Amino acid sequence: MIPAAFEYAVPRSLEDAVAVLADCEAGTAAILAGGMSLLPTMKLRLAAPALLVDIGRLRELAGISRASGRLRIGALTTHAELLAAPELAEWRVFAETAGVLGDPQVRNRGTFGGSLAQAHPAADWPAVFLALRGVACLRGSRGERSVRSEDFFTGVLTTAIAEGEILTHVTFPAGDGRSGAAYSKMRQQASGMALAGVAARITLDTAGRIEESTVGVTGIGGAPFRARSIEQRLSGLLPTPSILEESCADVPEADPTNDLHADADYRRQLLRVHATRALTRALERARSAIP
Amino acid sequence: MRRDAPPDLIGARVPRVEDPRLLAGRGAYVDDLQLPGMLQLDILRSPHAHARICELDVSMARALPGVVAVYTGRDLAQFLKPVPSAGGMQGFNAPPHHVLAVDRVRFVGEGVAAVLAQDRYIARDARELINVTYDVLPAVTDPGVALTPQAPVLHDDIGSNRAFELRIGNDTQAALAASERIISGRFINQRVIPGPMETRGAVAHFEPWEGRLTVWLSTQAPHLMKREFARYLDFPEHRLRVVAPDVGGAFGAKNNPYAEELLAAALSLKHGVPLKWIEERSEHMLATSHARAQAVEVHAGVRADGTVQALHYRLTADMGAYYHAITHIGPMMTAALMTGAYRIAHAATDIISVFTNATPTDPYRGFGRAEATYFIERTMDLIARELGLDVLEVRRRNLIRPEEFPCTTPTGHVHESGNFQLCLDRALERFDYEGTRREQARLRAAGRYLGIGIATHAWRAGFPSVPGGKGYVTSGWEKSTVSIDAAGKIRVVIGTSPHGQGVVTTTAQIVAQQFGLLPQDVRVIHGDTDAVAQGNGTMGSRSLVVGGSATLLAAQQVRAKAIRLAAHLLQIDPRQVVLESACFRDAGNSQRGIALTEVAAHAFAGPRDLPDGMEPCLEAAVLFEPANFTTCFGTHVCAVEVDVQTGAAAIRRYIAIDDAGRAINPTLVEGQIHGGLAQGIGQALMEGASYDSAGQPLAASLLDYATPKASDLPHFEVELTETPSTVNPLGARGIGEAGAIGAPPAVVNAVLDALAPLGVRHLDMPLTPQRVWRAIQEARA
Amino acid sequence: MNISLRVNGRPVEAVVEPRLLLVHFLRERLRLTGTHIGCDTSQCGACTVHLDGRAVKSCTVLAVQADGCDITTIEGLAAEGELHPLQAAFQEQHALQCGFCTPGMIMASLELLGRAIVPDDREIRAALEGNRCRCTGYQNIVAAVRTACERS
Ligand SMILES: Cc1cc2nc3c(=O)[nH]c(=O)nc-3n(C[C@H](O)[C@H](O)[C@H](O)COP(=O)(O)OP(=O)(O)OC[C@H]3O[C@@H](n4cnc5c(N)ncnc54)[C@H](O)[C@@H]3O)c2cc1C
Ligand code: FES
Ligand code: FES
Repeated sequence: MIPAAFEYAVPRSLEDAVAVLADCEAGTAAILAGGMSLLPTMKLRLAAPALLVDIGRLRELAGISRASGRLRIGALTTHAELLAAPELAEWRVFAETAGVLGDPQVRNRGTFGGSLAQAHPAADWPAVFLALRGVACLRGSRGERSVRSEDFFTGVLTTAIAEGEILTHVTFPAGDGRSGAAYSKMRQQASGMALAGVAARITLDTAGRIEESTVGVTGIGGAPFRARSIEQRLSGLLPTPSILEESCADVPEADPTNDLHADADYRRQLLRVHATRALTRALERARSAIP
Repeated sequence: MRRDAPPDLIGARVPRVEDPRLLAGRGAYVDDLQLPGMLQLDILRSPHAHARICELDVSMARALPGVVAVYTGRDLAQFLKPVPSAGGMQGFNAPPHHVLAVDRVRFVGEGVAAVLAQDRYIARDARELINVTYDVLPAVTDPGVALTPQAPVLHDDIGSNRAFELRIGNDTQAALAASERIISGRFINQRVIPGPMETRGAVAHFEPWEGRLTVWLSTQAPHLMKREFARYLDFPEHRLRVVAPDVGGAFGAKNNPYAEELLAAALSLKHGVPLKWIEERSEHMLATSHARAQAVEVHAGVRADGTVQALHYRLTADMGAYYHAITHIGPMMTAALMTGAYRIAHAATDIISVFTNATPTDPYRGFGRAEATYFIERTMDLIARELGLDVLEVRRRNLIRPEEFPCTTPTGHVHESGNFQLCLDRALERFDYEGTRREQARLRAAGRYLGIGIATHAWRAGFPSVPGGKGYVTSGWEKSTVSIDAAGKIRVVIGTSPHGQGVVTTTAQIVAQQFGLLPQDVRVIHGDTDAVAQGNGTMGSRSLVVGGSATLLAAQQVRAKAIRLAAHLLQIDPRQVVLESACFRDAGNSQRGIALTEVAAHAFAGPRDLPDGMEPCLEAAVLFEPANFTTCFGTHVCAVEVDVQTGAAAIRRYIAIDDAGRAINPTLVEGQIHGGLAQGIGQALMEGASYDSAGQPLAASLLDYATPKASDLPHFEVELTETPSTVNPLGARGIGEAGAIGAPPAVVNAVLDALAPLGVRHLDMPLTPQRVWRAIQEARA
Repeated sequence: MNISLRVNGRPVEAVVEPRLLLVHFLRERLRLTGTHIGCDTSQCGACTVHLDGRAVKSCTVLAVQADGCDITTIEGLAAEGELHPLQAAFQEQHALQCGFCTPGMIMASLELLGRAIVPDDREIRAALEGNRCRCTGYQNIVAAVRTACERS
């Protein structure tokens, strides 16, 4: 319940934050955003950073905007803001995901960027980030860089964010009038995290065939991943319920975890079921997006 | 003729008088208490299920600024006894259970060292600085394995892991042999964690100059604790005060004089300062009693028509690593109630109780009775299925009929009265059993799996005293004192210790009713052994049944005295007096009367102004001792739909018809049932405190141990029947545990009914989606 | 570290260790003990307070993070001894037993009040996702929240 002692810094700007981090010895500082992952970990003394750099007040990192055909979501945008954002009406998957993430209190503080940076194996946003092919924008003492979602998650609880770097925002392609996306999740009964979570995006061509699909998966293995086997199977097909179901029958790239709540077999089954459900809804939305 | 009962408060839905301060955030739970100079106690716990402590170095912790003292088990053993357990019952070889482990730990979470520091942040830091090296020993957490010769033995002095063996019941061998058919099964009532929202906690304050020790304790039973603490500490009981402040739930888990609580008191005595110990949730999951943890092998001798002729259980009960206060009672209670709501001529249970490297078990809502009900109700469904009969048919055939009460079971329990059919009939009517069966068939045809589950439960509450017992909870009496002040308002002092049940309100209703007052004219005092001279506590659905009866009798005595005094003042015969709306009237002349306030004021006059032989004051103290348990019963029916793709079970409808006997406040009764149902459904579908083979708990925090949230539960349809009990003057039966008892079998029976067409025949709780899905796969294979 | 904030409308200044949890600050420094602690994994919601008008779990917020913020606790809800309509509905519907979860339940459901559309039971249950109760089975809590929403 009680974290170990630490120093606390409140940078006034992004520059300032980057500078504070650059000054720290590797591995000693932690960025504090909403604190909904970091503080619980520290309270159980599973983490004990010597310095917390609280970026939570940097409003420049918050908010949703649109520029040159892309949506931009600031790292500090909270789950609650994503649940209610009118700017994201074209991607209902955001509200849908935020609605099944944690609880209202957690959503009021937890941030989109924090969730991606934490890269918890059972977190929800990573699946959406993958399915919508987002791009993460990072800022460090050596400047800015972007990382594509498929290169972002590098292992269990690890990402492409380097020591001293801050995730500032994520960009997504805006809706194109023929795409739809959806998220389907099975909650672990105790923690509420994803036992399996699948975000799927489908883009239809003019003939109603699947021009492209992307499927992001969380909860199944040690890190979120793209179910490329499903994407490949669906490419160019005229989708029917049974085609969607068959395309999810087997996902060889999944490497499911075994734990109290779900063994590997069961996780595979949940992946099949939720991939099918997410794709089915994504298809409906893609169809209804067509004017 | 009732001539004296307006306004009718018995059966009224009076809002709780307990609520406003709790709603305003002005409750006072033990952690809310802050005393000047108070130190904080923190416990380091074993990460191993079974290990020898090789080295225990507390020097770094001692050196941390702000740390006052650090104790190890060995330090404490020099001046503290082992903690009391197994109720000091004769014939129970309780292994020594030290306050902190001495040389050897036997479950994950057992206390190893204690830190006393200026505040909780420092205490927590100091805990981190203690170095322990363990020599890890093989552990055993499966009671079946614990009985095998190769199993590691927990307590060398006992020589095996057998805690005790006992047979309860009559002869079943001949009856089984003579049965038309024997149906066998094996059922497990898994280990669960009661988990009140407030963890345990204590504040102990020794005042040397007063020679007085006060312990504020999150407990169900301050009086029992006072007796136990005094004996344990060798501290004069008349100088010991135990206070149960507001208690944030208990459910059976706060009945035990726990090691940490005794330690807090002992260290306050030693250091002469107040100190606080508050358990963290993660500690709670490991160190507060677990519960249930029973398994039975069932053999039922039956006729083809479903009549049960004989029933035999071999019951294995997991005690955990040590006995807590009444750990051993659980399996005995299960055995005593094994025949449930049914007339079964031959029944017996052979109990084997086992020590394992797991958290000690102790009561949880429905202690012993939830297990018994689960076993018999699962057995009834098994019999129906094996014989190809409807589950309803088998129940109806064996149910004890209304004219058969009092009814003595082969295990020695006497069902005092009841009407089991009444609840069953009402439940089926409300549920529309036939209609739902048709709906089930329709859905099946469409590939959806709906199941119907029934539990007709009968058990007991409000225990009487155990003859010859001298230890813990062997006294079944309860005491109430009712006194009227000079202004005509009433104070009731009760020996039970309610913590959510609403007994302050029901007590006020019972007493106000006697005088035609309003509940707010009655103040109820409880939970402080300095304010309440004698009592026991709140457990086993006894607060109203036993405590409420004492209150009623005391109120009636005061009332009778007040009537005599009023008659004296009105100069009429007491039989002429009518007490109505706090006013005594002359039945012969409605113009003449005298207010309760006046009579009350007069009662404080000198004896010469009172009728001959009458003492001043309107006060009576009554100790009520029930002659027998009450019989509690009801029928629960539910419909559950299973998503066969994921194994998730969703309760579509849940109907609970329970008999409250006389329901003093139906709103509170329903609330008790709702809460119990949530826990019962939790046990059925979600909860399980399991261990891996090394004895590591797999669900050691709320991140892994699932208790129901609002979205996990359906809207319950609860209805009460009222068949007055014959063993107490209120006619109340005890309702606090009905939900937790009825729900597990109702839900499990429903899920298995849903899955029957897929060939799934058996499932053990909790019916998590994974388990259900796995069973479907296995049945298909 | 120095912090200054408003708690239940009153300005508060304090010097705190950075690691001090908001819940301990409220309970132990300000003696506002109506906010409870039910877990150590940020799940039970017993510690729910409002921070700048939004429900948060005060066990998962540092006191220093609340610097400059406006905090409302359960004690700040009942103005001048009158129960807030939500509190009154809790009593009326018998939505509390032991009362331990109650302040958190009330502070969490406060966010639902005053909306244009009265939430249905399913929405209310979902809104209580972050709050655990072991006594009531939630049914009467749902009824109380619904009642209060209907009246607001
Ligand atoms: C009770 C509860 C239930 C939850 N349920 C769910 C759930 O169902 N699904 C789910 O997905 N999540 C769930 N979460 C986790 C929640 O979503 C977290 O809010 C989120 O994962 C982290 O966001 P944060 O802003 O709180 O990050 P913090 O906790 O502040 O930080 C998390 C990590 O990311 C780093 N970090 C944060 N922001 C940045 C940044 N901008 N740049 C670089 N590094 C950064 C931090 O250093 C830290 O290591 C739950 C949490 C709780 C307490
Ligand atoms: S104490 Fe804050 S969520 Fe449990
Ligand atoms: S009323 Fe006791 S936990 Fe909710």
